[in-house]
Amino acid sequence: MRSTRTNNRNTKTNNTVMQDLQLLENVERYLRKEMTSDEALAFEQLRKDDPEVDQMVVEHTLFLEQLSVYGERKLFKSELNEIHNRLSGQGLVHKTPAPGKVVSIFKRYKRVTAVAASIAGITTLLIAGMTMYYSRKVNTAEIEQLRREFKQEVAKRTNEVYNKVKDRFPTKAPENALPISGGTGFLIDGKGYLVTNAHVVKGSKSVIIQNNKGQQFRASIVYENELTDIAILKVEDNDFKNNPVVPYNIRKSGPELGESLFTLGFPREEIVYNEGYMSAKTGFNGDTLSCQIGVAANPGNSGGPVFNKNGEVIGIINTRQVQAQGVVFAINSKNIYAALQEIRKDKSNDTSIQSMKLPTASVLKGLDRVQQIRRIEDCVFMVKSY
Amino acid sequence: MKLALNEKAQLEGLAKNDKEIIESIYASHYNMVQSLVVNNSGSYDDARDIFQETMIVLYEKARSGSFELNCQLKTYIYSVSRRLWLKKLNQSQRYVSDIGNIFDTVPVDEQLEQHDQQNNDFSMMEKAMSGLGEPCKTLLEAFYIQKRSMTDIAGQFGYTNADNAKNQKYKCLARLRKLFFAQYKNK
Repeated sequence: MRSTRTNNRNTKTNNTVMQDLQLLENVERYLRKEMTSDEALAFEQLRKDDPEVDQMVVEHTLFLEQLSVYGERKLFKSELNEIHNRLSGQGLVHKTPAPGKVVSIFKRYKRVTAVAASIAGITTLLIAGMTMYYSRKVNTAEIEQLRREFKQEVAKRTNEVYNKVKDRFPTKAPENALPISGGTGFLIDGKGYLVTNAHVVKGSKSVIIQNNKGQQFRASIVYENELTDIAILKVEDNDFKNNPVVPYNIRKSGPELGESLFTLGFPREEIVYNEGYMSAKTGFNGDTLSCQIGVAANPGNSGGPVFNKNGEVIGIINTRQVQAQGVVFAINSKNIYAALQEIRKDKSNDTSIQSMKLPTASVLKGLDRVQQIRRIEDCVFMVKSY
Repeated sequence: MKLALNEKAQLEGLAKNDKEIIESIYASHYNMVQSLVVNNSGSYDDARDIFQETMIVLYEKARSGSFELNCQLKTYIYSVSRRLWLKKLNQSQRYVSDIGNIFDTVPVDEQLEQHDQQNNDFSMMEKAMSGLGEPCKTLLEAFYIQKRSMTDIAGQFGYTNADNAKNQKYKCLARLRKLFFAQYKNK
């Protein structure tokens, strides 16, 4: 069987795995001198003939030597460990002499301790510094508090005025209830229909509107659309006097870039006027229901009308971008028409809304701004939802 | 304490792997090395490692046969340990003030260079072995290190006969060779 190897020289060069293993076996048997004398002779001949085999024998000799050194050392190591454990068990090898340990630990960590101590020092200074810094901040806060109290006094004073008004006009708010949200709304019909944002009246049980004189009226929600963010309210209060003429009209066409505009709204208890311009034809993230306007707007402006210079309603303020300054979005006024169409389709609504016609002509054209506002402000209301 | 005359006999015993002699060398010199290491910012585990490595150096010298101890065994062990510990301190870049010599030392650098080479070979083989995986590793260790017979191994590993175990052994050996020589080439 061994001699077949010589015959198979050609196939051997093909380097099949089996033959490699067989060669390895032969080499090892040869080195271990396990071969019969005939086999050994044949193998020595093979070594002479084939330098590759010869190389392998040399290589394997080295390898086996390495392996045996490895083995011996491994055995010796485990023996040493055994001895060590036995000796320390007998107490001949000192494992942990107590005082030496402390000293050695100190010696070993001398440097680390030094670093740690300096870090601790720095930290202490840092904390002390921070404490001083923050305590100073508290001081400035105290000063601010004084200012805030002053502000509160102002607020109280206005409230006094407001309370006098309230005495004149009894409140219609539900007893002991706090408004959950507030905004602005404006008349679209003399019979008492108002437009505001759906998010202003969302989740409310009752809605109160209040004009600039402080007079309050009860209102009910007749239409709500969260998608367009439009809600239509109807005033249901006998104190409400029909306002036969709504001075402005509602524009059907879309926004014109750059046109100047103004807004009226209730970010405070007082009606607030603001001026701006049409910035973009679409709203946040390209929303085509709304447009972007450049105007100052604050919480409470929601639902407020946006007028152009002719006194036409061109939009309803609903949102502003938090990260950016002066980026406010308004719903296009044509959505109001769409809302009314939806209401008319619903036959359950009463006839007054079915027959309602939106004002088509503005009587404000050509008037100066002060005159325009004087006519408009009676039709803009604060909306409080409870 | 053994007398100097006995030290030659001790080395011979060490080369023959005589357990009693190894233990006596261990017991009589360990504490010296421990105090050397521990007093120079080392731990007890460090001391143990250093002493055992010194023992390996001594063991390999003794086995090589050509080793002539021309000083006291104690001095030799101390010199080797000191050298090894200094090297380790340097490697870990631990701050150290100069290690004082409590005892005399002999130059051992040359011998340690040889030891380094052997260490290298050892770790290469260790790496190759650990890359081999089971059961190859245990099989080869049983045959080449514990020098057990093939029949014995076949019985332990559950091979049906020694021939099968032998075949498997050659396959494993071929793989180990490949892993080992691959590291040689990478160097």
